[in-house]
Amino acid sequence: MAWEFTAIYWRDMLRFVRFKAVLFTSLVQPALWMALYGAAMSSNFNRLGSGISVPQGSEAISYLTFMGGGVIALTTLFTSLFGGISLLFDKNWGIMREILASPMPRNNIIIGIGLSGVTKSFIQVMVIMAFGLVLGVRFFVGYTPIRAIVSLLGILLFVGIFSIGFLFLSSAISMSMETPESLQAVITLLTLPLFFASNALYPIDAFPPIVRMLSIFNPLTHLVNGVRYFAIGSDFYAIGIHYTYAFNDILFSLGALTAFAVAMYIVAWWVFKKAVIT
Amino acid sequence: MADNIIEVKDLEYRYNGFKAVEGVSFFVRSGEIFSFLGPNGAGKSTVINILTTLLPMQTGRAMVAGFDVASRPEDVRRSIGIVFQDETLDRDLTVWETLELHGRLYSMPKAERRASIDEMITLVELEDKRDVRTRNLSGGMKRRLEIARGLMTRPKVLFLDEPTIGLDTQTRMRLWQYIKTVNEAGTTFFLTTHYLDEADQVSDYINIMDHGKIIASGTSEALKSDLGRDVVYLETSDNVDAAKLIGKMEHIKDISPSSKGLSVTITADGNRCLPVIMSALNEKGITISDVNLKKPSLDDVFVHYTGRDLRETGAEKFRIARANIGGR
Repeated sequence: MAWEFTAIYWRDMLRFVRFKAVLFTSLVQPALWMALYGAAMSSNFNRLGSGISVPQGSEAISYLTFMGGGVIALTTLFTSLFGGISLLFDKNWGIMREILASPMPRNNIIIGIGLSGVTKSFIQVMVIMAFGLVLGVRFFVGYTPIRAIVSLLGILLFVGIFSIGFLFLSSAISMSMETPESLQAVITLLTLPLFFASNALYPIDAFPPIVRMLSIFNPLTHLVNGVRYFAIGSDFYAIGIHYTYAFNDILFSLGALTAFAVAMYIVAWWVFKKAVIT
Repeated sequence: MADNIIEVKDLEYRYNGFKAVEGVSFFVRSGEIFSFLGPNGAGKSTVINILTTLLPMQTGRAMVAGFDVASRPEDVRRSIGIVFQDETLDRDLTVWETLELHGRLYSMPKAERRASIDEMITLVELEDKRDVRTRNLSGGMKRRLEIARGLMTRPKVLFLDEPTIGLDTQTRMRLWQYIKTVNEAGTTFFLTTHYLDEADQVSDYINIMDHGKIIASGTSEALKSDLGRDVVYLETSDNVDAAKLIGKMEHIKDISPSSKGLSVTITADGNRCLPVIMSALNEKGITISDVNLKKPSLDDVFVHYTGRDLRETGAEKFRIARANIGGR
């Protein structure tokens, strides 16, 4: 087993904590999302959903709580999709040549970048959850401490697998691109459909059938499922829609995310294997 | 031969059908400073990139430090150090962190890594820059840091691609001092440079490459002697008689009057011919008041073989390099 990926991880984390502006904005941005978008939308959605009666045994949750899981997922998506961008700069600045000329096996580059990206996502997710609880997001309601911890680990598991999949994808794109502009364009193009064809901020039940089909293939949807299952529960009402998650649904989502991550690893590995930088 | 640290046989490389390297063969002896000279586009960088496993082997065979470049690239990488032509530093890491990262990439154990970092920082005299980010170093310091980095893992061969390009004379001289010091401790150097006078001073062996082929090779002395263009300048008591006498001797290509004396072009080694000429003149009673032997420079060798002056192409390349730095 090669451990050289720790070199890549070490350098990336060093840069992460060194640049206070990056660190600060990456933590504040999701909080702003929740504070501004959440506050604005929750009064609307709560009004819309208030007329629907909730059956016995189910619980209606506020929109802010509903979107809390979505903000976690979206933040992870953005951070991870841009997580490989440093590779493009490394390539253009020549540092990639120093790395590729070392005896380190090349898959260690993507593993190192993947793990440092996951670490950053974990930090972000913790901050969002803490901030959300302050704003009035009701996660882990009525949980015993042990169940709360297990749920938190469950969320981190979903976030981790989702994040590393998109980091592999991001690394592969960054390594194939020549300029930051083209990278930005490609990633923005990817972000929009992922963002809108998902259940992050609104239910997918009312989508046109085609978009609903797409959303099933969208990793973001599976991440949101996992986060809501662990944070809110397996049976709740939000925006007038009854959500029930069977354990098998969650296992399926976890499997889908894992399959996505494995596929992206293979793509990234292939890109790095054939990369020639002289 | 066990003494050869690099052996290259019939190396060829094509970029999309264009032959950048055509049938190159050479070897580098362990412990020597081996220079690769040639104009831009001659194929030097391609050869370096293949030997350092950054480009795949297409045709031919190359052994570096006892490992086949094509089949054992990881072992080759572990045995060599590289100082690239362009800067390859993370500008946001400090000097110490740059070396630490390198040591980690080469999986050096922690204790060995830390000891090596201290040793290298001392070697290139960057002690007081240890915790300075590389963006704040001067060009010469960056180069020294990169050389320290290349040496950190105690490579058997250090590849240096244009190590002194864009540096001032003083910095260049200091860099060559480090290189000499390290070389005397046993490391083999494989270098390309545009500064022929530097190559002349430091190299044990020189290869001149042009249009993808090696067109001349040998020690600097041998290359210059092979040109057979030693020029002897003589001032005598009787230049006319002296000219007649010398004209009858062997290995004389040309005699022409020059200021107060004669310029004699010799096709053989001037060091050996000059005493013969002088004693012959003495025997005839012609006294010599001034004598000067001018050997051809490596520049003359270069122009002779390539038909081009390396300085011109060098200046052009230097401007491109500067433009790239400015463009960042």
